[in-house]
Amino acid sequence: MKNDNPQYQPVQDTSLQDKVRKGFGAAWPICLGYFPIGLALGVLAQQAEIPVWAVGMMSILVFAGSAQFICVAMLASGASVTSIILTTFVVNLRHALMSSALAVHLQGVNRWFLSVFAYGITDESFAVNMTRFNNDDWSRWSALSVNHLANTVWIISTITGTVIGQFIPQGAFGIDYALSAMFICLLVYQLHSMFFVATACIAAAIAVAWYLLIPGDSYIVGASMSAATIGFLIKRRTRGSHASS
Amino acid sequence: MHLPEYFLLFAAMGLVTYVPRWLPLLYLAHRRLPQWLIDWLSLIPVAILSALLAPILLTHAEPRTLDITQPELLVAVPTFLIAWKTKSLGGTVIAGMLFYWLAGLLL
Repeated sequence: MKNDNPQYQPVQDTSLQDKVRKGFGAAWPICLGYFPIGLALGVLAQQAEIPVWAVGMMSILVFAGSAQFICVAMLASGASVTSIILTTFVVNLRHALMSSALAVHLQGVNRWFLSVFAYGITDESFAVNMTRFNNDDWSRWSALSVNHLANTVWIISTITGTVIGQFIPQGAFGIDYALSAMFICLLVYQLHSMFFVATACIAAAIAVAWYLLIPGDSYIVGASMSAATIGFLIKRRTRGSHASS
Repeated sequence: MHLPEYFLLFAAMGLVTYVPRWLPLLYLAHRRLPQWLIDWLSLIPVAILSALLAPILLTHAEPRTLDITQPELLVAVPTFLIAWKTKSLGGTVIAGMLFYWLAGLLL
């Protein structure tokens, strides 16, 4: 396990540049996926008569795709400000789980870096960064670059959608499938052993049932926490390890 | 709504989005994590990915119903195989988009 020393950051411009470039190289599938979604959000915002500067402001201050969609829909239907804020909180609570998992790979890193990094934790950047942290020598600067490139593309595409979104044909070149395909590949990367395959299957089954039975987005946190716990217990039992560890 | 109202709304939304992303990271990155927690957290990515993906592939939104005949699931099969064989994220994304586009033309 690597450990970046937070006190002595090497001042090597070339290596930092390489790390940023590596991050950008990993981020492009996210950007490809964000673009049509950002456009779609912009179109909806424009239909809800939300001005373009407000859309840009929202993408900068919030940076959370699904919550922004919900916000636009709620604004359009005249929902109260309090209910929009509460819904945003609940919808984005799942990121606390992702933040916890990322902490394993950012041990001892200084708080300023963590505070900037936290801003960019989304489903997509989390999935890409976790895979990289697990598989190769992935620098926290590359991870930060992934977050911020994705954020930049998100801001630009939501603004673009507000201005010219209604002139762009829907679903061109299967681009709507970009993020699903990315999730499929990242899921394949995560299938390290039978325990991970079992956890994936359990999570899928619980998520579908939860999604069908309970309205809202709680299925993501509910299914992933239950499946991880079941997978963890199976692993522990199979290994026959002592529960006292 | 005008600028101050928009600003207050988005700032509040930003705050409630940021804090859950920030606090666990800040807290856990400076604690010695017990092994069981590391083991449990190592299963979180695969579980979250599967939980995000399964309803997209297997259900229909509004109203929420089980639907195993939609192109999303059909396209996922070759996309999964490409990912499995090539281990290439970029290649899988392009292939997935292509399959989805073809499915849209053919089905």
